[in-house]
Amino acid sequence: MNVVEIKDLNVYYGQLQALEKINLIVREKDFLAIMGPNGGGKSTLLKAILGLVPIESGTINILGGSNKKKRHLIGYVPQFSSVDKNFPITVIEVVLLGALNKGLSFFHKFSEEEIKKAEQLLDKVGLVKLADRDISKLSGGEFQKMLIARALMTEPKLLILDEPTASVDAKSSQDIYNLLGSLNKEMTIIMVTHNVMAISSNVKELACLNVGLVYHGDPEISEEVVNSLFGCPVELVAHGVPHRVLKEHQEDNHVS
Amino acid sequence: MLADLLKYQFLQNAFIAGILASVLAGVIGFIIVEKKMIMMSGGIAHASYGGVGLGYLIGIEPIYGALGFSLLSAVSVGLIKRKGGTDSDIVIGLFWSLGMALGIIFISLMPGYPPNLTSYLFGNILAVTRADLMMMLVVAIFVSVLFISLFNNWKAYLFDEEFSGIRGTGVVLLEYLLLIMIALTVVVLIRIVGIILALAILIAPAATAKLLFRKMSARVMMSVVFGVLFIFFGIWLAYTLNTAAGAMIVLVAVITYVITYIATSSKLRKKIK
Repeated sequence: MNVVEIKDLNVYYGQLQALEKINLIVREKDFLAIMGPNGGGKSTLLKAILGLVPIESGTINILGGSNKKKRHLIGYVPQFSSVDKNFPITVIEVVLLGALNKGLSFFHKFSEEEIKKAEQLLDKVGLVKLADRDISKLSGGEFQKMLIARALMTEPKLLILDEPTASVDAKSSQDIYNLLGSLNKEMTIIMVTHNVMAISSNVKELACLNVGLVYHGDPEISEEVVNSLFGCPVELVAHGVPHRVLKEHQEDNHVS
Repeated sequence: MLADLLKYQFLQNAFIAGILASVLAGVIGFIIVEKKMIMMSGGIAHASYGGVGLGYLIGIEPIYGALGFSLLSAVSVGLIKRKGGTDSDIVIGLFWSLGMALGIIFISLMPGYPPNLTSYLFGNILAVTRADLMMMLVVAIFVSVLFISLFNNWKAYLFDEEFSGIRGTGVVLLEYLLLIMIALTVVVLIRIVGIILALAILIAPAATAKLLFRKMSARVMMSVVFGVLFIFFGIWLAYTLNTAAGAMIVLVAVITYVITYIATSSKLRKKIK
């Protein structure tokens, strides 16, 4: 059974087409990275999978059922900037909210097991010492790891991350990619990223999105793919990796 | 004044009303400050003026008219926000003025001399009746029981609505409940400080607590405490200076907030140095 199956998906924002005729299959234990320019529809695709934006036509299935019915199987890690960092709440409280039951729970208290599990997950993402810290005092990397722990608290089959390394320093980015690499042994992962370094690490599949799906396949980005995606020659240099991701593109005078 | 308090029923009623209103303003104030729903609450408060006018015109108790209008506008704002997304700001602004306009039209359609509307616009805590107190008590119990019993659901909703929506922890239901709670609270506050001044008593205690406390439960409880202090001190000032109580309460609330703001931000500046 495919974890995600998208057929002929079209999404509009008013008059503007955000996604055009997307067909995409994500299999079990895949680790798919979605890249593309700003406005290329990356976040829209994630929101469509999560059932957060209305779709014009097409179908999205998750583990054999419609996405709206099965979205509780998704562990969602939103973009850092979309969450209120000033809300009065501690790290462990945020993680525990991942264990909240469906519907309204009157006089709800988290159980001993749930608290223990939240602590274990904080240990796993490397935040166990910060469990009682107020979230306003976290760095970008710590905040992101906390959001991952909250998503894991929901016991997901599929982990979806929106720009997990935006506003995160290089060391924490590496931590996050290592963590995702080890989580990938247990679950399917889809992430949107700008970070090319991510592609060279544990990612198994790459999709390039610019309204339409430009490329989907092995995570070896060829020059043609990148150029067709961004519409101009792009030089990608990965930080902390001793090689260029793309080979040096030729200067104009060589061509003429 | 203490001797008067024991002697006069209206003063006793005013103090009980002050406590009940503070509980409501503390809980709802915390939520609307965190959720940035202040203008929405202002819109609901002002829309209720239409109900006051309608009440006078068709001869029912104006406060029930206000209740009807504030509930109607709250639910409409919620519906339009769900359907339309970003345009809720426009809708709130229009409801704000429309409610006031309807109120004025209804009053001018009344035969004979127009009634005195000052107590609805600016409140009159010293004229609170036993029936008013009963209504306040019912609303205060309803709101605080809903808030306390669903504390974790509220926390999830307020912190990250999108994630909670995906998890299905009752986001849509909570939003409508919240709007109804705001509408009810506004009607209670109309009795105390009036339609025009209601917003300050809703915001100031919660905003002051926000400056001084970090924990969610502490913020809510201290919002209630600040509300009580503002209202009591305001009444006492009004009583001794023989001025309007609603306006005095608002004055005390805003001045306290400003002083707290200056005090906390200068402490911050010292820390940075």
